[in-house]
Amino acid sequence: MSYHGGEFDVIVIGAGHAGVEAGLASARMGANTLMLTLNLDAVAYMPCNPSVGGPAKGIVVREMDALGGEMARNIDKTHIQMRMLNTGKGPAVRALRAQADKFSYQHEMKQTIEETENLLLRQGMVEELMVEDGEIKGVITQTGAEYHAKAVVVTTGTYLRGKVILGDLSYESGPNNMQPSVNLSYNLKDLGFEMVRFKTGTPPRVNGQTIDYTQTEIQPGDDVPRAFSFETTKFITDQLPCWLTYTNGETHDLINNNLSRSPMYSGMIEGTGPRYCPSIEDKVVRFNDKPRHQIFLEPEGRNTKEVYVQGLSTSLPEDVQHNILKTIPGLQNVRMMRPGYAIEYDAIVPTQLWPSLETKKISGLFTAGQINGTSGYEEAAGQGLMAGINAARKVQHAEPMILDRSDAYIGVLIDDLVTKGTNEPYRLLTSRAEYRLLLRHDNADLRLTEKGYDIGLISEERYNRFITKKEEISAEIKRLEKTMIKVTDDAQEVMKQAGAAALKEAYHADVLLKRPELTYADIIKLAPAEKVLDADVAEQVEIQVKYKGYISKQLEQVGKLKKMENKKLPEDLDYMSIKGIAMEARQKLAEVRPLSMAQASRVSGVNPADVSVLHVYMEQGKLQKVGQTEA
Amino acid sequence: MDIDTIAAISTPMGEGAIGIVRVSGKDAIEVADRLYKGKMTLSEVESHTINYGHIIEPSTGEVTEEVMVSVLKEPRTYTKENMVEINCHGGLTSVNRVLQLVLNEGARLAEPGEFTKRAFMNGRIDLSQAEGVMDLIRAKTDRAMNVAMNQVEGKLSKRIQTLRQALLETVAHVEVNIDYPEYDAEEMTLEILQEKGTFVMKEIDRLLQTAQQGKILREGLSTVIIGRPNVGKSSLLNSLVHENKAIVTEIPGTTRDVIEEYVNVRGVPLRLLDTAGIRDTEDIVEKLGVERSRKVIKDAELVLLVLNHNEPLTESDQELFELSDEHDTIIIVNKTDLVDNIDMSKVRNLAGERPVVTTSLLMDEGVDELEEAIRDLFFQGDLETGDMSYVSNSRHIALLNQAKKSVEDALEAVEAGMPVDMVQIDITKGWELLGEVIGDSVHESLIDQLFAQFCLGK
Ligand SMILES: Cc1cc2nc3c(=O)[nH]c(=O)nc-3n(C[C@H](O)[C@H](O)[C@H](O)COP(=O)(O)OP(=O)(O)OC[C@H]3O[C@@H](n4cnc5c(N)ncnc54)[C@H](O)[C@@H]3O)c2cc1C
Ligand SMILES: Nc1nc2c(ncn2[C@@H]2O[C@H](COP(=O)(O)OP(=O)(O)OP(=O)(O)O)[C@@H](O)[C@H]2O)c(=O)[nH]1
Ligand SMILES: [Mg+2]
Repeated sequence: MSYHGGEFDVIVIGAGHAGVEAGLASARMGANTLMLTLNLDAVAYMPCNPSVGGPAKGIVVREMDALGGEMARNIDKTHIQMRMLNTGKGPAVRALRAQADKFSYQHEMKQTIEETENLLLRQGMVEELMVEDGEIKGVITQTGAEYHAKAVVVTTGTYLRGKVILGDLSYESGPNNMQPSVNLSYNLKDLGFEMVRFKTGTPPRVNGQTIDYTQTEIQPGDDVPRAFSFETTKFITDQLPCWLTYTNGETHDLINNNLSRSPMYSGMIEGTGPRYCPSIEDKVVRFNDKPRHQIFLEPEGRNTKEVYVQGLSTSLPEDVQHNILKTIPGLQNVRMMRPGYAIEYDAIVPTQLWPSLETKKISGLFTAGQINGTSGYEEAAGQGLMAGINAARKVQHAEPMILDRSDAYIGVLIDDLVTKGTNEPYRLLTSRAEYRLLLRHDNADLRLTEKGYDIGLISEERYNRFITKKEEISAEIKRLEKTMIKVTDDAQEVMKQAGAAALKEAYHADVLLKRPELTYADIIKLAPAEKVLDADVAEQVEIQVKYKGYISKQLEQVGKLKKMENKKLPEDLDYMSIKGIAMEARQKLAEVRPLSMAQASRVSGVNPADVSVLHVYMEQGKLQKVGQTEA
Repeated sequence: MDIDTIAAISTPMGEGAIGIVRVSGKDAIEVADRLYKGKMTLSEVESHTINYGHIIEPSTGEVTEEVMVSVLKEPRTYTKENMVEINCHGGLTSVNRVLQLVLNEGARLAEPGEFTKRAFMNGRIDLSQAEGVMDLIRAKTDRAMNVAMNQVEGKLSKRIQTLRQALLETVAHVEVNIDYPEYDAEEMTLEILQEKGTFVMKEIDRLLQTAQQGKILREGLSTVIIGRPNVGKSSLLNSLVHENKAIVTEIPGTTRDVIEEYVNVRGVPLRLLDTAGIRDTEDIVEKLGVERSRKVIKDAELVLLVLNHNEPLTESDQELFELSDEHDTIIIVNKTDLVDNIDMSKVRNLAGERPVVTTSLLMDEGVDELEEAIRDLFFQGDLETGDMSYVSNSRHIALLNQAKKSVEDALEAVEAGMPVDMVQIDITKGWELLGEVIGDSVHESLIDQLFAQFCLGK
């Protein structure tokens, strides 16, 4: 029996990391939003590692914050430890990472959702999408509720036809024995979506009280208080450490002797797993000359003794897992609480999406998160935020917001997905970004706050603070460019202290700051500012001056790219009729249907000559004719 | 209108001695001006004029080429953009040098057919010709690809791939340190980067040297025969050519002007120049000839210095040794059938490391040894004969030069104390440019390398 459940602007299916961002953004932008999820006790649930951030990913978290996302604020309130990574390297690759208290993370997020206007969080399993004439109309749940909406965002993660595999045991299941979502997967197939089967895995969890930490190395958080959000003012000071230990020859022998019982090697697993998180059995087989592998022991929260054994992801049978754990220093007497497992699931081929994350097939239907072939909380959340924003904008008849590769890692992520697709679960890496010097974690607010404000997710008050910060930075850089530092005893003393060569003549302050040994703090000793600048302003001044050469080089490249991005291509261009383009490239272009010349040039199999020909073809104006005959 | 300025060599390879570097774009004239020294700057000269001047290396101010430069201001040009055409006389090497300087100044290497494409985009070619333009781009690209394929088969391609792999592993190593800071991989230090960068730079240089050899294969190694009058220079030319091309008489000073002949000696093509004998003389005509020989030697890539076995060494002989000091030289002591009047130990002394061959051209003796000496000198034991590949496509040379420059930039950044992840930007660029030479620049391979090289996971 079905019944009418209600009318909404936007429905979000799923309340994982993608879903919560989508729902919050949509509701905050004023769209009446319904968020449906399988289990209300698992909102923003972390099925794998208890951590947020890290290289590239941590930058995404900050980008979301500048755009009005929730992840940064939520982790700032609920972490047990935070660290800045890559401090010994350049500013472009520095990144924050937090160890999360998984449970508080969920509770905090759920409460934020509950308190948000225009947002209804409800338990329910969607089994079918309502579609008429290629347009989304709503969803139908297992209990027969028909909810109507103008836009729907699907963020079902690893649940679609989920299958857990553990040794020779396998059963239909979502992560951590949650219900799988089967009918929705078939429904998507029926609607004509091309799906792929991916796989991922997780390590066992153990009781921390049975670990002998004296045999491990401590990994504390940073002493300096840190935060992801540019809004956070209250910092958590009592932190919990993580611990490091290693596998050894005994571990590896045990694994080798039990390989025949591994579903990976017995052929039971058909899904494609990501290369960047291989199971321990994969690692032992592929890198058999490595004498040991790192194992990080990470607490899952403050109010639990459960510890996540990072580095030991596995789908070996449960009895083998017990034994493997016992070979590791510190874990000889450990009690396993949950076994590791692998999970297979359906994902949709992401080249079926526009860069707005709307599906090409069904107008008003968006997908985000692991369903799009990615992996990782941050990757999911970033897409969720964009899909939520664009769903709300669709309903409000506004143009979608699309981030370029030079705007944000989120732009890189989505462009990679919709332009190139992926043949394994996709993880963000800093090397995927060609302008990573511009996409730094420290300047995420400078890059994106304006955009967040324009779409209505950033408050007036925060926007004003941002404008002030921007002005202070450029004023200070101008001041340094004009200030001469003369050869004085004081100056030579500062040089000496910093280990820099003595001054031979007077220099402009900005030129001196470029010396690798000198910092902004050194410079203002000799060229004091009128008022002491905030640390984050000072940091920007230092970075922008020090790396000016590289930064302007990249900005120049970006200028060229933007020109190509602005050369728009019509959605319905008939690529197959453009003879000058190589056949393979024509097919690829017809599949991806890029929206700009720049995107076209990134489609795999399309070479510069094809782009040139496309350019000429566009100019020729044949296009209009094609458009007319098809209309 | 496209914002960037493009450049390419517009004479087909190996045809004729004059090569043209064509530059088009908003900044074409400015770019060329930074390299040009003439009566006026190029922005000052009138449009559609040809100007005599020199190309200088802007960092040092050193003159590198003598050129004629056409300045064509928009819109009355082929591309409807500002255009500059730099005519160089020095053959392949010099055109490439000029192209490289132009690229260093901010122009970008043009894609195949790009000048025509611009002509079209800027309305120079009318709409009805669009099909033709597209065909042309296609055809030029296919041809470029074919050339590329032929060129990079065999050894050359392997060498480039080895080099790329070295760079890729380095980059992957930097990346793993960045993306997995806690992973127990050794930290990639500036020292290691410097070492790798220096290695790669040297290797690219070697590749560029094969360009030199490739050029020789097409144009011939310019080889000059020098010696006092009557020592047997013309006889030597005739015996290498296996024909009586030069007049041989017993009268000293028979050859008055330079004689040029092409011959292939054991796989080494030579452009042989027979010259007038050099001696101190009062004869005006002869004096001119001597001067000419001196000039010819200056541009020579190989010098064959002939001495007379039958006569003691003279001052002129000594002078000839000095004259050829800077060049690859083979010393030929001719007329061994006649009485031994020369001091051979002194000859060897003066020769130093340069090979000495004895011949009797009259009796046809020693010619085999001479030919072998020529071959050995050219191949330097470095490349084997037979399966040889040379970089000879001007596009490839330009790309190699660019790649070298990127690696140089990286090394400079190391010097300046830049962090590893910034140094790596230029290394990656070098890797990409090398990829363009062999037609492979897929970014994804970095990520493949990352996961193949390191055992990452959770
Ligand atoms: C075993 C395992 C190991 C992992 N390992 C890693 C790792 O090592 N590194 C890493 O970065 N990432 C890992 N991940 C992935 C990470 O958990 C996900 O990328 C991230 O949680 C995806 O977020 P999401 O919002 O797309 O989906 P999820 O967080 O999975 O959320 C999906 C949501 O959709 C809801 N839902 C599903 N079907 C329906 C339906 N029909 N109706 C209503 N609601 C529905 C669910 O209740 C849930 O709330 C792992 C995941 C699992 C399960
Ligand atoms: N005996 C002997 N005579 C030789 C030999 N080689 C050349 N001659 C003779 O030496 C004379 C000069 O030879 P050329 O080849 O004309 O000498 P060249 O160096 O070209 O002389 P100019 O052009 O006059 O400077 C000729 O009569 C040759 O026949 C040799 O090996 N042995
Ligand atoms: Mg002669």
